[in-house]
Order: sequence, then C-alpha cells, then structure tokens
Amino acid sequence: MNRYPNWLNYLVLFVILAGALLALPNVYGVDPGVHVSRPDSNPLQESTLSQIETILDEEEIGFVSAALEDDAGLIRFANEVDQQRANELLRERMPNHIIALTLAPRTPGWLGALGLEPMNLGLDLRGGVHFLYQVDLDSAVQQFLGTYEASLRTELREAGIRNRVRVEGDTLLVPIIDGGDLDEVERMIRALDEAGALQLVDRLIVDRATFDDGPGFRVQLADTLLRERQDFAIQQNTTTLRNRVNELGVAEPVVQRQGLDRILIQLPGVQDPAQAERILGATATLEFRLVDRENNAYDAQERGRAPLGSELYSDTGGLPVLLRREVIVTGDQITDATSGYSQGTPAVFVNLDSSGANRMLDTTAENVGYPMAVLFIEETPELVERNGEEVIETVSEETVINQANIQGVFSSRFQITGLTPFEAQDLALLLRAGALATPIFKIEERTIGPSLGQDNINQGRLAIIIGFLAVVVFMAIYYRVFGLVANLALFANLVLIVALLSLLQAALTLPGIAGIVLTVGMAVDANVLIFERIREELRNGNSPQASIRAGYEKAFSTIADANITTLIAATVLFTLGTGPIRGFAVTLGLGILTSMFTSIIGTRAVVNLIYGGRHQVRRLAIGGNV
Amino acid sequence: MPLFNKTPNFNFMGPRRLATGISAVLIVVTFASLAFRSLNFGIEFTGGVLLEVGYETSVDLENVRGVLAEEGYANPSVQFFGSSTDVLIRLPPVEDVEDGASIGEQAFVALQARDPAVELRRVEFVGPQVGEDLREQGGLAMLFALIMIFTYIMLRFRWKFAAGAIAALVHDVLITVGFFSITGLTFDLTVLAALLAVIGYSLNDTIVIFDRIRENFRLIRRGSAVEIVNTSINQTLARTVITGITTLIVLVALLLLGGETVYGFSVALIAGVLIGTYSSIYVASSAALALDVSPADLIPPKREEADETP
Repeated sequence: MNRYPNWLNYLVLFVILAGALLALPNVYGVDPGVHVSRPDSNPLQESTLSQIETILDEEEIGFVSAALEDDAGLIRFANEVDQQRANELLRERMPNHIIALTLAPRTPGWLGALGLEPMNLGLDLRGGVHFLYQVDLDSAVQQFLGTYEASLRTELREAGIRNRVRVEGDTLLVPIIDGGDLDEVERMIRALDEAGALQLVDRLIVDRATFDDGPGFRVQLADTLLRERQDFAIQQNTTTLRNRVNELGVAEPVVQRQGLDRILIQLPGVQDPAQAERILGATATLEFRLVDRENNAYDAQERGRAPLGSELYSDTGGLPVLLRREVIVTGDQITDATSGYSQGTPAVFVNLDSSGANRMLDTTAENVGYPMAVLFIEETPELVERNGEEVIETVSEETVINQANIQGVFSSRFQITGLTPFEAQDLALLLRAGALATPIFKIEERTIGPSLGQDNINQGRLAIIIGFLAVVVFMAIYYRVFGLVANLALFANLVLIVALLSLLQAALTLPGIAGIVLTVGMAVDANVLIFERIREELRNGNSPQASIRAGYEKAFSTIADANITTLIAATVLFTLGTGPIRGFAVTLGLGILTSMFTSIIGTRAVVNLIYGGRHQVRRLAIGGNV
Repeated sequence: MPLFNKTPNFNFMGPRRLATGISAVLIVVTFASLAFRSLNFGIEFTGGVLLEVGYETSVDLENVRGVLAEEGYANPSVQFFGSSTDVLIRLPPVEDVEDGASIGEQAFVALQARDPAVELRRVEFVGPQVGEDLREQGGLAMLFALIMIFTYIMLRFRWKFAAGAIAALVHDVLITVGFFSITGLTFDLTVLAALLAVIGYSLNDTIVIFDRIRENFRLIRRGSAVEIVNTSINQTLARTVITGITTLIVLVALLLLGGETVYGFSVALIAGVLIGTYSSIYVASSAALALDVSPADLIPPKREEADETP
C-alpha cells in the first residue's frame, strides 16, 4: 500500500487549483490599444473620449471599445493595422494629449476585481523605449562643496578673516591670507557638516596645507558623507525623472535605480525616443531678471564684456540683451505651470510659491513700466576627452526667451509668452516636474518596434508549445502510464510558473521565455531519476509497491542536490545580472522550485492514486521489460 | 521501448586517459582561438549602435551598405537577421555619447529615403562604459557561481568531489566559449546567460553520478574505486541519456522556432549540454579518481564517526 495522507492530496489539489486561478488571466490574451492621457496629471474627461470616438468614426477606423481606465482613455482595436492608423491620426488631431501604444489585457472584470492580472510583459515583447542614464556623481559632490564654500566664505568674512576659499574637484581649499587663528578656522570648517556635528561624528577630512596664497586647509568628504550625498543626488534625480515620466503619460512606466550611479527608464508602447528624451534629459530652468536699462547691450557686445552688475545674453533672434545680475525668481520657486494661449499667442501660466511671490511683488511694485526678462537655461552634459581621461563637462545654453514691460504689480500668478506652442508645452511640463539636481547622460538606449515585440511573443509561444508537445510524446512512449503522470506534472509546472510570474508581476522577457523552455526540458529530470530508480528496483526483484516507495525515496537526495546547485547558479545570475539576464534567472529559478513540487510530491500523489490503493499490483506500466 | 534492458556495463573509465587528452586538446584550441580570433562580442559588450530594419521584399545587402557608406558611416557591419527581408546593421562605437542613439535614427532615415517601406524594428545604443561593466560583471558572476557551488559540494561530498565538479564546469564553460570563438557566432548577453545555465545543467549531471558513487561506496565494500565509479556511471546512464534527450528536444525547438534573438542562446546551450554530459563522465569522475577518492572521502563526517565507534 502506498498512500498519501489526505491532507497532502488536498494540498496538491489546492496548489494546482490556486495556480490555475492565478494563471487564468493570461489565457484571454491582449488587444492592441491606444492609450490617451493629458500632459498634466488631470483625468481625461468623458467628453474627450467621445471626441476621440467621433474622430475615429469619421475616418472609419473600427475599434472594439473606448473606455476610461485609471484617468486615461483606452481604445481597443481588433488588429495592429487599425491601432497604427488610429495612433497616427490621434497624434495629428489631438496635439495636446499624449498618445501611446499599449497592449490592453482582455481579462474579464471578475478576475480583475480579485486583483488578478496577467503576466507583465517586458519591453522586448511589447515594444517601447528603454533608457539607461548615468548620474554624474562627481558634479553632485562639487555642487555640495559649493554650498560649503558659500557659507564658509560668509562666516570667515564676518569673523574678519581674509581668505580665498574655493572648490577644486572633490576638495574644498581654504587658504587663509591673514587675520586668522587657524584653530578657530578649523572649528568653523568642522561645524559645516551640521548633521554630523549634532551626532558627534566626524564626516569631514580636514588636513592642514600650505598654499601659494597662505597657510590653510584642504577639506574632503569622508566616505560616509560622500555616500550620503551621492545617494541623495541619485534619489533626487530618480524622483524628478519619475515626475517627468508621469508627465509623459505612459502606461506602466519603469523608473528605477540600477547599481551605484545609474537610473533605468522603460516606457512601454512609446515609439518616438527623441520626444521622450527631450523631456527626460532636459535640465531646463528659468530665471526672472530685470533688464539693464542704463547700459547699451550693443556696446557691451562690441567690447566683449558686460558692465558691472550686469550680464550679457542673447535673445531667441540672436540680438544681445543686458540683464541685471540679481535673480528675482528661479524655476524651483514655481509650484505649477500649464501651457495654453493668451490673446492668441502660446503662453505658459505660472504659479509661484510664497517666497517667490513676495520677491515678485516687491520687484514689480518698484519697477512698473520697466522691462523684465525671462532667461531660459538649458544644460547639456557632454563626455569629452581631457588628457586621455573621459570627463563630463556641462555645456550651458542660456537664452532670453521673453522681454516685456511690467504692466502692473503682480505676485504669485502670471504668464510667460514668446514661445512656440511646442516649446510652451515642454517648458510647462519641465517646470512642473522639477529640475534635475545633478547632470545625467544617456549610456544606453533601446527602441523595440511593436511588430518585433509581437513576433517575439509568437515565436516564444510556438517554441514553448512545440518543445512541450515533443517532450510529452517522448515521455508517454518511453514511460507509459508513468510518462503520462510526468506529463501531468509538467503541465502543472507550466501553469505554476505562469501563476507565480503573474503573482510577482515580474517582467517576462524573451530570455525569460527561453528559461521556461529550458525548464520544460529539465523539469522531467526529477521524474526520469525516479522512474529509472523504480525500474531498477523492479529488476532487482522487488514488488511493485516497494519499488515505487524505494524509487521515490532513493532518488530524493539526488534530486535535491542537483536542483539546489542549479538554484545557486540562478540566484547568482539574479543578483549580479541586470535586464534580460535577470528575466532568465527569475523563470529558471521559479521553474526549479515549481518542478520540485510537481515532479516529486505531485507525481507521487497521482501514482499513489493509481497504484497505491490496490493490494495486488502485478505489473507497473513504466516501460521496459520489467 | 527501453533504452537498456538491463543495467549496461560499459567500461567508461577505461579510456579515461584518452578522454583527458581530448579535453586538453580542446582547451588548448580554445585558448589559441581566443588569443588569435577573440570573441565576436555583441554590442552589449563593445558599445555601439545596432539597428534592425525590416523590408517588405528581399533586399540586397550591398545596396544597404552602399547607402550607409554614402551617408558617411565607416565600417558598418550589415547582415541578414533570420530572413532575407530582415537586416541587422551594427555601427562601431561612437566617441560622442550624446549623439550615440541619434546616429542610429539618422541611419534609418537615410535608408527610409531610398525605400519608404522599410520598417524600424529596433535601435540599440550602448555606451562604451556599459560594455566594460558588463564584461566585469559577467566574469564576476561566473567566478562567484563557481565558488558558491564548490562550497555546496564540499559540504555535501567533501573536497575531492568538489574539485572534480568544478574542473568539469570550467571545462564546459571554456570549450563552449571556444566554440563561439571558432565559429565567430555573436557572443551577446543571452549567450552569457546560457553559459550559466550550462553550469547548472552540467552540474546536475555530475551530481547525479556523484550521488550514485557515494551510495555505491557504502553498499559495495569490495571492488576498486575505478570499478565502483564505472558501475555508478552505468547505473545512471539511462537517466543521463533520457534527460539529455528531453533537454535537447526543447532546445532544438527553441533554435528552430524561437527566432533570431534566442539563436545564440540555443546554440550555446545545445553545445553546453553535449559537452556537459561528456564532462560529467570524463572530467568530473576521472578528476575525482585522479585525486584518489576512497570511501572515506565521501561518507559525511558524522557517519564516519559512527562507523569508527565499535
């Protein structure tokens, strides 16, 4: 007699049924769809949706349905041709909306209500854009030292100590010209790291040094502080990039930190990387300044330098403009920005925070009738070679986009004109999303067309089905009834892998599919080991029941050892790998775990049900002359 | 339809010196090929720009090369990708990072100007520093996996077996890499993943045999180590062959139906499974024999104590 306790049979049944339920959303497939959202985070209106329907009807593009989902419009199509046509048409007819291609799951409502979703498809399967950005950490540290430089200089001046404080690379140089007690200066330097001083930890490396301009100190950040600043820079940039991606209105975007200094962005369904990149990589900000009325800009241009208190810029037409040095308000003080039209010209409507509003109020009150300018600053990092080393240099492009006379006193709400409709949209978006704290530059880009994604899905699915069927036929012929049991286990294994992938919502990629295919081939290994062992026991003259028991027992430690070592390889792949490698590691690892369950416990339960209850078993249908 | 009616009795360990010679030659060939030909690394490793474009009808590669040359792209690599309508274009690494991806897009615009029906299937741009990191990471992953596996087998089987298993794994990875070097097939990220899967598979095979050797050392008190190893390999032979067949079945399905993207992956695994099966018998087992394994090397320490107590 070979019997499992009832609870174990029920456990097997429960796991398989739960797996089937979790995997169920995947059988419905997906509709090619178009995702329509607003460039600000406001929800799409019902009226816009009916407008879209009218546009599609007019051009006789058939669609399956149009509905509001998660504040955005989702239009489903019967095929990719209609999807593409609608995509182009909507882009043209609805310039103020974000149109993205998407794959909309056909999962019925009751499954969705249970929180069940189909597997999350990776970019290589659904098409889209992938960016990998590197954050320039050196300049993050330099910027931070810059704040130390400013406050130390103020403190020293107040204490009457003449100095030439400056930042060079990752070091703050503090030469003291005269009038200073060096111990006193050192105390001031150590107090710069306020958080550290409070916790009584020393996070600054302060060394005495002699400079050309006098004795002083070299100050560097200790490792803990350095890492804190670097982490902060990356987190801040990740947040800004996430805001910007949200502004792009793409369904299910990915923005995450990768490794020490990289940020990964994936935009499924987006087909125009240039547009996405213009928004993501931009470091545009604004400054509001008064125009210098006392000096002539053309004279300054001829002389090649600006008079004291002013700076020379050029406007969009290339004409010189002199602006006062003092900045009234900067881009970070803007709390909201929307694009639109003011008296027929494109405009950006801006809201300021309270400190910005106060400054604006004071300035406009004193300068009614005089011109104020908006300076647009865009920084682009470039990798250049210096002395054989690659260094990042930030090239800053500054243009006066608008000059206008101050018509009256205003504070927190006003508008900026002088832009094209396109520029107005982008600028509003960038102002809302916030600025990047540290320059970033792109080190990897991938665009996968929608047709390639669909091909990859079809080919992967075909490979799984054919590979699976071939193994099933082979096993059935070779091991007879036991082969059929192993096949049941193999099928259950596939269901469980799909169930776990759906549950974890880990992205399924093409290498991931390859991992599933490989698992199908390797998952039968455990059953092969067991069945060969049973045959051996039978050949040695043992009874069928005893052989089954011995076969399962003796094969177990071998199966465990073999699978654990493969699991080690999968874990290493997962930990050290990125992107596609990870996808492969996930399916391989999950496949090992589920196959252990189905091929050992699962098949034993079925074998017990077939043979275990009988008192007299003369032969086992396991193939071979036994 | 059994593979073997009774347990076979091949003398696997007889020609083990010959097998060692063959392995040694293969490894020397691998090193020679790596030294002279290196590997045809994919752009994930080298950095650069890659475009896949689809035409409606078959296209002449010379024409595509001509268009690119006219546009001033130096040394583009242009080849068919799976069919005569799909073309893969690789442009060498570019110095100016900002322009990397747009070069690919510009090249596509140039191609589109000649044939408006061409479709952009994918563009990839990889900066040089990414490739460098990836090579480092890949090597590190490999090394780390080997150390972890060595430790696990040490705990389960003692060091002589661990050494044998690791020798087999290094052997498999080296020869598979050599295979890619000699054939000039693209060595990309998926191939690297396949290599780690090969480690897993080959190890699976090795462990099954070692497990049987351990069991037999306990059961069969008489007989030399060589005889016991031989018996164990024969007893597990049916399993080795059947699992090899089912794995190869799915890999061939993947090779033929999975599309160009997983082509290298499938080839690496097929080569790896064949080499891995051979190495479990001839590298792992003969290495263990060469290190003079005896029952004392196998039975876990606890057992040993129990045995020695009268």
